Amino acid sequence: MSETIKKFMYLNRRAPYGTIYAWESLEVVLIGAAFDQDVSLAFLDDGVYQLVKGQDTSGVDMKNFSPTYQALGDYDVTKLYVEKESLEERGLTLEDLMPLTYEDEDDDWAEKDSIRLVSRAEIADIMDEQDVLFSF
Amino acid sequence: MSTLHTVNKSPFEKSSLESCLGYAKAGSAVLMYEDAVYGAIKGTAIADKIAAADGVKFFVLGADLKARGVAEDKVAAGIEIVDYSAFVNMAVENDKVQAWV
Amino acid sequence: MKFAIQVNEGPYQHQATDSAYQFAKAALDAGHEIMRVFFYHDGVNNGTNLTTPPQDDRNIVNRWSELGKEHNLDLVVCVAAAQRRGIVDEGEMQRNGKSAQNIADGFRISGLGQLIEAGIQSERLVVFGD
Repeated sequence: MSETIKKFMYLNRRAPYGTIYAWESLEVVLIGAAFDQDVSLAFLDDGVYQLVKGQDTSGVDMKNFSPTYQALGDYDVTKLYVEKESLEERGLTLEDLMPLTYEDEDDDWAEKDSIRLVSRAEIADIMDEQDVLFSF
Repeated sequence: MSTLHTVNKSPFEKSSLESCLGYAKAGSAVLMYEDAVYGAIKGTAIADKIAAADGVKFFVLGADLKARGVAEDKVAAGIEIVDYSAFVNMAVENDKVQAWV
Repeated sequence: MKFAIQVNEGPYQHQATDSAYQFAKAALDAGHEIMRVFFYHDGVNNGTNLTTPPQDDRNIVNRWSELGKEHNLDLVVCVAAAQRRGIVDEGEMQRNGKSAQNIADGFRISGLGQLIEAGIQSERLVVFGD
């Protein structure tokens, strides 16, 4: 679809539901997947709350968009960097997050984890390599 | 690659400036504008953290300082006061812009 | 240099669109190109022609329209965000059976792909938000 492949990172720093930012930025990720760029997502600060499992919006009558994260693997969006410090500051561990996986076509379709737990310093390095950073 | 980080919220209301400080690498630039200009004032609770950021250059948008009645001599040493055209130049000179919205 | 600008907030509530406008003006004055201004989230509200601010205040919507006209800017309002918030052009009015359209001069409604494309084609994406 495009001549150049850029490294795109979507920066997620907001909790879900209180504002629409998390949901509408996920919509950008889904549309962007069709453009065959080198895409990754970073979850830091309150953004880590987007991935917490067991979200149930029936009592607030809002759309529960958390299952959409599970579909990202099918869109070839397979690099979800979650900042370790942000989880710890919020009393969370990897166990509190939805398991998100993708099938690796380069490895006989083996199921692999999309969530990569990384330190702040590591995300800073990964951000540094990006061409474009989308913030919402 | 060098990055221009932009921050637009008061550090006394939101954590975006602190988050930015955790990520800004040596050689990068941080521009404080809109309500983030309150973070550029000397003697505040955030001033030491800014001063401690090694190798990071700090800038503050003069028009936003002026709008809020913050005199230029209140700005902490080492933070350069710039205008919109310098903001544009910084976006050009760095490889990308990271908005801590 | 070829810039793209993303505006995430509507007029008056947040300074984001004012800052984006001042940045855009400074970039154009310096001879840079702005290939697209993409309005997302509540930013789509910058594209309604129904705003009537008091006479002694800036007219944010008209200001974008005028800058757009002067420099032939591509002012794009995201369709999905616009539908949620009631920003409607002729086509959307007919498709969704609405009684009116309210898109301001110089703005157009289009898909999120326009933001991705802006990220690909521009040399710098600059985001203004809350």
